[in-house]
Amino acid sequence: MSQQPVALRFVSSNRRVREDRRFVAGHGRYVADVVLDGMLHVALVPSQHPAAKILAIDTSAALKMPGVVHALTGDDLVRAVDPLMNGLDTPKVRRFPLAVGQVRYAGEWVVAVVAETRAQAEDAAEKVRVTYEPLPYVIDGEEAATDASPKVHPEHGTNVLLDKTFVWGDVEKHFAESPRHLSFRVVWGRNSTVPIETFGVVARWDAWREMLEVWASIQMPKYPDQIARALRIAANNVRVHQDVDVGGSYGVKRGIKQTVLVSHLSRILNRPVRLIEDRLENMRAGDAHGPERTFDVEVAFNDDGIVKSMKMKALDNVGAYAGRSPFQLGKPVGAIVGPYKIESVQYRAIAVLSNKAAQEAVRGFGQSPTNYAIEAAIDKVAAAVGLDRIEIRRRNFIRSHEFPYLIPSGTHYDSGDYHTVVSKVLASADYEALVKERDALRASGMMAGIGIAACLEPSGGNSSFEPLLNEKNTTSTWMDSCRINIDGLGFVTVTIHTTSAGQGHETLAATVVGEVLEIDPDLIRIVRPDSLASLPSNSPVGSRMAIMLGGACYHAAEKLKTKLKRIGAHQFGLSADNVVYAQGGVSDPRSNKTLSWAELVNIGHRQFHALPAGMEPGLETTHVMQVPTGTKLPENGRVQMYPCHSFEFHLVLLTFDPEIAKPEIRKYVIGHDCGVVINPHIVKGMTLGGIAHGIGAALLEEFSYDSEGQLLTQSFMDYLLPSSHEVPNVEIVHHCTPSPFTVFGQKGSGESGYLGSPAAISGAINDAVSPLGISFSRLPIRIAAISDAIAAAKNKQAEDYA
Amino acid sequence: MKVTLKVNGRVCSADVEPRKTLLDAIREDLALVGSHAGCEHGVCGACTVLLEGEPVRSCLMFAVQADGYEITTIEGLAPAPGELSVVQDAFCETHGLQCGYCTSGMILTGHALLQRTPEPTREEIVEAISGNICRCTGYGQIVEAIEFAGERLRKANAPRGSKGVDANQPHVDLSAETDAPQEGVLKAAQADTPHGGRP
Repeated sequence: MSQQPVALRFVSSNRRVREDRRFVAGHGRYVADVVLDGMLHVALVPSQHPAAKILAIDTSAALKMPGVVHALTGDDLVRAVDPLMNGLDTPKVRRFPLAVGQVRYAGEWVVAVVAETRAQAEDAAEKVRVTYEPLPYVIDGEEAATDASPKVHPEHGTNVLLDKTFVWGDVEKHFAESPRHLSFRVVWGRNSTVPIETFGVVARWDAWREMLEVWASIQMPKYPDQIARALRIAANNVRVHQDVDVGGSYGVKRGIKQTVLVSHLSRILNRPVRLIEDRLENMRAGDAHGPERTFDVEVAFNDDGIVKSMKMKALDNVGAYAGRSPFQLGKPVGAIVGPYKIESVQYRAIAVLSNKAAQEAVRGFGQSPTNYAIEAAIDKVAAAVGLDRIEIRRRNFIRSHEFPYLIPSGTHYDSGDYHTVVSKVLASADYEALVKERDALRASGMMAGIGIAACLEPSGGNSSFEPLLNEKNTTSTWMDSCRINIDGLGFVTVTIHTTSAGQGHETLAATVVGEVLEIDPDLIRIVRPDSLASLPSNSPVGSRMAIMLGGACYHAAEKLKTKLKRIGAHQFGLSADNVVYAQGGVSDPRSNKTLSWAELVNIGHRQFHALPAGMEPGLETTHVMQVPTGTKLPENGRVQMYPCHSFEFHLVLLTFDPEIAKPEIRKYVIGHDCGVVINPHIVKGMTLGGIAHGIGAALLEEFSYDSEGQLLTQSFMDYLLPSSHEVPNVEIVHHCTPSPFTVFGQKGSGESGYLGSPAAISGAINDAVSPLGISFSRLPIRIAAISDAIAAAKNKQAEDYA
Repeated sequence: MKVTLKVNGRVCSADVEPRKTLLDAIREDLALVGSHAGCEHGVCGACTVLLEGEPVRSCLMFAVQADGYEITTIEGLAPAPGELSVVQDAFCETHGLQCGYCTSGMILTGHALLQRTPEPTREEIVEAISGNICRCTGYGQIVEAIEFAGERLRKANAPRGSKGVDANQPHVDLSAETDAPQEGVLKAAQADTPHGGRP
């Protein structure tokens, strides 16, 4: 598909990331930096109960406090707004920004107090009196799925939001034919991406212009549409400013409830209103938790360790509201067999409501938990047949000549060379020396283990899981766009149509356009129009921007180059196919005459008489790009999910003292193949950051609720994020298998590292404790859990001996 | 309550509530928004500023407690508009950031480390930044940035035989004797090349 007239000059070169300059100087512009005249501030009254009927709300004392302007309850709000968008076909699971009639989790927002300053709003929020009648509640996902459990939304009749079973291929036959089976359970604890910047939003309603202006720390597809629908206003009355820097997101910055709340307040108070969540509001009720998933897996294999078939049941405890989070059970369908040639799969996806905070999209959109389950299966099969964990992976891997490879659930993997990546990693890490080091550590009395994980990063961010899980949804495009304008003086401006949260989209767009037009990317201006001036974009989700924004920029630049060639060719009396474009100039190869960039710009902008017949004046092009391979709706439960599939192979050595049990990662090597890299600095950062995030998920991070339904880990002193002490020096081994489906052969990397590191860390700990005959099947594996399990195993050994 | 804050060499007066944090005063009263609120309970380090050259968490200090002290925020590091200090430039060179939210605190912490330890080991860098949480990078490129900045500060315009230099002072090559200009000497960052001079 790609045609390279010249070798790549800017793509893949180690150029600086242009966004960095403003951030290192402290001149980013985050939502908390947006200060409008007359702006009001919101503080929230949280529910103390996991489930309770709201009998009465008394705001009279709060309203008498200094600076207080208003106190909004759910009953007031519900009269003015529609329920927030619900991805599944579950209309009776209604969600509003404030609790209406009933609270459904501890911390849920009940009243919004508005004052001249945030401090005044907080003071007044403490004076609000809410009378509750506690109701029965349910915290555990499996319990919530039973008929007898209390109903989170009684109108819905059940806590089950989704229960769908797919059978791809002849699963029962393969199980019957396979000589060996094993089954197990693993649990992925509820964690999230927890950006250092909480969610924030400022809204200003202008009644005379009939315009709602929004500045937000947002990363969300269809954000303006969702605001307009909830507020019952026309979508062209909503202007989202996209020149707001987002202080980290990794999926979760989707504050639709916060936005609808402050937008409504601005409308009724006729002043700008802002809500910047404090850390407690964010952790407890920002509705930004991630998947909490129980996997029951059964695999059928033979004595050679070849896995023929798999049955996977994934039950996700999505919390009190549906939102978009149940779709996180759907995306992994597109890589349900990982990098392995498993011939058939039965997959049952269950999303269950409970009295916990609602979930939001998290880096990988459900793929990292699924990869953890798949890798646990492969490790267990290796142990069962007595094979080395690397050898078993090699035996089951798809071979490099088999791409594009069709997996049972309907996705073609684009390309890969898994065996080569593994060999490169083993050579780079000196695997034999690593094994010796592990054994030497064990001999010295330490626990030590090697962890291995191989997995895929589906990338390109289509939305095929929506129609797959909800038949009423007929979405088959998830486009992104680029517009390029060369002005009358010859300077190039490129528009991109989304916010960014550190992914370097300005660098990406400039690099690609510079590459195609053969001009210095540093001379290209990148701008972000507001949403009303924007072309369609679906925002940076699903590791898609290298493919989709990069693709849109490429095609727009190619169109512009074609226009320049046509203009030049017309002056030479040639057809556009017979001139040469190089570094901004167009030349006639016969006469060697060249029209320079400045001359072409002059013709395009000023000399209509010199343009080819029918050509529009000016030098401007746009391209709206469809997701490659995204051609149709699901058929019979099968669909092409994402277009591209990056590969990663993790190799970890960790060690810990058997009594203290604090894991120390001695060696971490990752082999990474995301096709052609556009900016090496950015891809490296994504990979290292993803690994750190995965270390958190594997060892530290969990939103833990007690049996009373209260969140225990609601500050950074309880919910532990990896610091520089916990993250080791990571060695990256690069490999490049270009994708045949993208313009440069690029694939996605926004979720890299995170998709395999939890599995690798877990595997290393289980290898370390395997001499004691124990293993861990639940993430995070906390220090206390390790030391307790070792102590119990040793006590048992001592008792057995006695 | 009246408070006098010496921020980035400027003396500023503000009238603040006694309960107002130094962070909120810097952001709201002095309009220096490069310091960020992350957790507001002293764990994440996004609000780090330098107090008499040492990193402190401005979310854990009241503005009134800072009265009279020399405070440096990220806005005080750049030598001139559009120019970067050596440490800032090194973060660009290694891409030691992504979203930028923790970056002000990281750079000030790295700057303070290099002021007192011109040639830090990797372990010293890891220890120094361990109170600053970065969710984007996994710290690898941040450690590289501080190592690189240290190397450049040691080399840049350093007098022969000298080990370290003050990042904020012009550096005169003493061995050049009368050939060396005494004024108008480039600071390290000004001598920088657009891409950091790295191959």
